[in-house]
Amino acid sequence: MDFSLGDRAEAFRSEVQTFLGGHLTADVVERMHATGTFNDKDFNAGLAEAGLLAGAVPGYGDRDPIELYVLFNELEKAGAPYDGLAVTMLVAGVIHAVGTDFHRAEVLERLLTGRYNCCLGYSEPDHGSDLAAIATRAVRDGDEWVIDGQKMWTTMAHEADWVILLTRTNPDAPKHKGLTMFLVPMDHPGIEVRPVPTMATERTNATFYDGVRVGDRWRLGEVDGGWSVMGVALAFERGVMGGTNPAVPLLRHVRQWAAGATSPDGGRMLDDPLLRERLARTAMANQVSQLLTLRAAWIAATGGLPGLEGSMAKLYATERYQQAVGWFQQMAAAEGLLSFGVDGSAAGGWIDYDGRHSPVTTIYGGTTEINRNNVAERHLGLPRSR
Amino acid sequence: MDLNLTEDQETIRAVFAAFFDGETGPTRAREAEPTGFDATAWERLLETGAPGMGVPEADGGGGASLADLAVVAIEAGAQIAPLPLVDHGVAARLLSGLPNRNDSEPTVDEGILAGSTILGLAIRPALNGSARTVPSGAVAHRVVALDGDRLVIDGPLTEVPGAGAGHLANHGCLPLAHRDLSDATVLATGPEAVAAHARAVDEWRTLTAATLVGMAREALALGVGYVQEREQFGRPVGSFQAVQHLLADLPGLIDGAHLLASKAAWAGDRATDGTTGVLDVDANDVTNFPALAAMALVAAGEAATLATDRSLHVHGGYGFSEEYDIQLYYRRARALTYLLDDPARECRRLAGMILEPTC
Repeated sequence: MDFSLGDRAEAFRSEVQTFLGGHLTADVVERMHATGTFNDKDFNAGLAEAGLLAGAVPGYGDRDPIELYVLFNELEKAGAPYDGLAVTMLVAGVIHAVGTDFHRAEVLERLLTGRYNCCLGYSEPDHGSDLAAIATRAVRDGDEWVIDGQKMWTTMAHEADWVILLTRTNPDAPKHKGLTMFLVPMDHPGIEVRPVPTMATERTNATFYDGVRVGDRWRLGEVDGGWSVMGVALAFERGVMGGTNPAVPLLRHVRQWAAGATSPDGGRMLDDPLLRERLARTAMANQVSQLLTLRAAWIAATGGLPGLEGSMAKLYATERYQQAVGWFQQMAAAEGLLSFGVDGSAAGGWIDYDGRHSPVTTIYGGTTEINRNNVAERHLGLPRSR
Repeated sequence: MDLNLTEDQETIRAVFAAFFDGETGPTRAREAEPTGFDATAWERLLETGAPGMGVPEADGGGGASLADLAVVAIEAGAQIAPLPLVDHGVAARLLSGLPNRNDSEPTVDEGILAGSTILGLAIRPALNGSARTVPSGAVAHRVVALDGDRLVIDGPLTEVPGAGAGHLANHGCLPLAHRDLSDATVLATGPEAVAAHARAVDEWRTLTAATLVGMAREALALGVGYVQEREQFGRPVGSFQAVQHLLADLPGLIDGAHLLASKAAWAGDRATDGTTGVLDVDANDVTNFPALAAMALVAAGEAATLATDRSLHVHGGYGFSEEYDIQLYYRRARALTYLLDDPARECRRLAGMILEPTC
């Protein structure tokens, strides 16, 4: 085995780091937290102009997933706004894999400029983990489809130019076999976006589709073949596209804070033996999370679809992140409760932020329970339990 | 980056998986209790050349890398082989790497290379001329230890404690013994001695982590096998989600520990070639061998203790009975995890490497 990234990926990494050094300003970070929108079109366009974005599309161009991993890993570690970009590039990857020439010309080329965004229209108010049971209907009318329904957790819908929308086209078929995916322009009449504020200040949305008419050319993949398009999208989402190293900035923020903070006992926080043990455990878990993520990326780079390996990476990384947040929140006591920009806040408010953000990480992108089902059934070979 | 074994390593893996499967395994481990040494299997192992394989070719060994040895250790762990292979291999590498040896001092002789002279390593510093709870102390003819800033070797004993009075009955049925160093020969002194011992203990951490990964992997397989056969309420207990989810956390934990142990071995081999590696936890960029060795042991200890715990639990009462194999894994996983130190203290030692030093 060889755990060095290789010269090419290392060179790419220093390009990304150089870019971040110049473009990830305090203003960008502040705006992200003030608006709750973890997407910055100027920042994204900067990445595109620096030639770093084309490599972020899975399967596109001459970048391999190791470099894709490097890009999102660096963005995540640096605390950059990358949520919107990750979703957009994921959609770009899906378009590249299953889209038409029309989709490529009309959408993919624009996404690569960093000025356009996509969002994901999967979950619904009544269908989350049981995704294949979604009820949003698409009914054919000549060369058009008429879409009616509602989606939940359409994060970035208020910034997005297109939504990839999972719809039911055949109510009589078994639930996985009557689904079709569409790429719907958000400016079409009949679409409404309503904000859903969250406890982490991150904004998400509910979106409503009322008689939305789209041409058949906006269909992504086969009619009633939507579930296989979902399979491609999910394999890109878990592991490779960020989200499995959230405890890296957490560790950095806590370590830097503890080096300068005084503990109630009078000593320096960083000299507290229990805090030192927990920082070391977090550093170890960060290495494991990175290795599990790299393995998923490496499988993708060598031609596989790392569905299970992505599930394992997400299970491990998110639970360890939550454990670490709990530790540091407890140890920072009152100062850890104070928010960004508040006098006396521990780690500049990051502990409060991570405490608010961390619960969602074992929910979105496939809950811990769904991922455990995947591992139990498809890796351990145990019978279906539901 | 390449996460595949090399072609040679694939061969090594296949050969030793077959060896440990045929010559060791739970039944033999049970028979070897309480001493934790299977003399017949050791004799057979000598035929494979394994005892000297990690010694450089210049010293007459097989020239295998730490990464190669980790591949072997995983397979030994999977079959809980009652053989002092890791201790012997690491101690032999330590002897061959010592600087400024002179001819009067013991070096890696034919007996050590062949494995007819068994070496042990006192992984914890000796105290007042005595090395306590030495991992292979009950079966080693010679034990290498650090006593103060002196690296020493005792023996050679004509008769090892074996199952006799010197063996310390213990949780994992390991061949533990205290060793008296009062007549031991000094091999090296000062910072060089301390550094050589530290390097050897880091290799021990890495290969013990690999052993624990193998144990964890097999313990999980035992649990999965059992819940597929055992029926309650008219169906296999493995069809219940509460049981499935206990087991479903484990593959990621075990694979993660496997990757980390492999990365530690890779870093150890690079350190041999003179690359110190990076230690930047703020960026999650760690290629430094001692830090990775500590992390690997803690991660593998966690994986093996949890995997054996959950696997034993899903066996129900049978898991607690001596008849079932999972209890053999359960006890050995804990013994190897706690033998060097409390993992929490190991983490605080790691903190000393990755954080600012304490004031």
